[in-house]
Amino acid sequence: MSANHDDRHDSPDSHGRALRLGVGGPVGSGKTALVAALCRTLGPILRLGVVTNDIYTTEDADFLRKAGVLDHERIVAVQTGCCPHTAIRDDIAANLDAIESLEERFGPLDLVIVESGGDNLTATFSRGLADQQIFVLDVSGGDKVPRKGGPGVTSADLLVINKTDLAKHVGADLTVMSRDAAAVRDGKPVLFTSIREVPQVYAVAEWVHGVVEAWAHAREHPHGPAVPSTNA
Amino acid sequence: MNAALLLLADSRLPAGGHGHSGGAEEAVRMGAITGPEDLARFLRGRLATTGLVAAALAGAACELCTTEGLDGGTGQPITPVGPSYRRGATGEDGARAWRGLDAEADARTASPAQRSASRTQGRLLLRSARRIWPSAALDAAAQAIPEGTHHPIALGAVAAAAGCAPHDAALAAAYTSITGPATAAVRLLGLDPVVVHRVLAGLVPDLEGVARTTGARTAWEDLPAHAAPALDLLAEQHLRTEVRLFVS
Repeated sequence: MSANHDDRHDSPDSHGRALRLGVGGPVGSGKTALVAALCRTLGPILRLGVVTNDIYTTEDADFLRKAGVLDHERIVAVQTGCCPHTAIRDDIAANLDAIESLEERFGPLDLVIVESGGDNLTATFSRGLADQQIFVLDVSGGDKVPRKGGPGVTSADLLVINKTDLAKHVGADLTVMSRDAAAVRDGKPVLFTSIREVPQVYAVAEWVHGVVEAWAHAREHPHGPAVPSTNA
Repeated sequence: MNAALLLLADSRLPAGGHGHSGGAEEAVRMGAITGPEDLARFLRGRLATTGLVAAALAGAACELCTTEGLDGGTGQPITPVGPSYRRGATGEDGARAWRGLDAEADARTASPAQRSASRTQGRLLLRSARRIWPSAALDAAAQAIPEGTHHPIALGAVAAAAGCAPHDAALAAAYTSITGPATAAVRLLGLDPVVVHRVLAGLVPDLEGVARTTGARTAWEDLPAHAAPALDLLAEQHLRTEVRLFVS
């Protein structure tokens, strides 16, 4: 008996599992709105599942279900005992369990989005949980936030700066935010959004679609493009 | 004591325990726990009832593994002891044994909410432990009960896989039965963490006592079956509360 024959997170490339995308960021920056937008735009072309990590009960999951962007049963809520960062970084067992339950029920899936509970700038996803991660800021937190950095801003695969429509009201300089983010992110992408104005979030959806395609390609060709897959 | 017990009982063990309050969240919401004195009484009661039962079940699960000589690598030969229906922790006999012991836990857990929380924690513990301490017995326990082995059973099996003895497993189960709610109370009420740890320190003799009580090898049906109706009600009410930070 193998100790890990059903532990798919051990071997990201060989078991045909979905890409796991973490979406993190401070409270109120627009994580849930972004997840809803991604479901709306990508739902018709990708097989999706969503895991939310709520601070209070199932608020975010309920919001997503009410938004009608995805079949209700494909949205699962995890409770985090007052510690949202613990559940995505230090002890990811409940999230892995939720992801695998989604894949077992609805699989095969292309993409599982894991939305963290709203937290601080140091909260990032464990590599054991998320293959790729998006960190969501908003302009109303002040245009100094990118400069301050922190693991979320500096290390996320994609930084999304949301609520650009509010910039003029809060005196945030988007040029400064863009320049500072580029400086601390070592070339990794930054996208500006106003989910309220453009609810399809085309640019973010295109980025996500790209990483899902790359993941699927790597999964089908684990040893390079010439080798056919045996577990697709 | 095997040093692996420290890893097993550490709240940093990544096995999902941080999401459970063991009824403390609901007790806080109802006003039954408001400070360190209430908390101490809550924990003492929990330890003497569900804590004792959990310790006994964990000890029995650990013993089930060790009777087969699966002592987690201590290298010491183990003499099989116990009723004849316990034929080991792996294979078909193992599957039957795990389901049997799990049924004993089910029978001792009156509240469906608690049964569900216990199975969730057991499933998460086995998921992590099978990668930390790979073992045929853990695979057998997980596969025998796919929806999730009750937490004390999983804990006992993991203790064996880590090289611990049944007494260690019982001690770990007793310990986690009070540390989870204590931590939850610190988070929910903003209690002074040092004061709460003093409360826990005061319970150390009780922990030892519980682990000793459960140490004797007995037939499973004779294991302790102490009930705590208040904890059952808290667990049920918790599920029906709209705003919850903890799973249980």
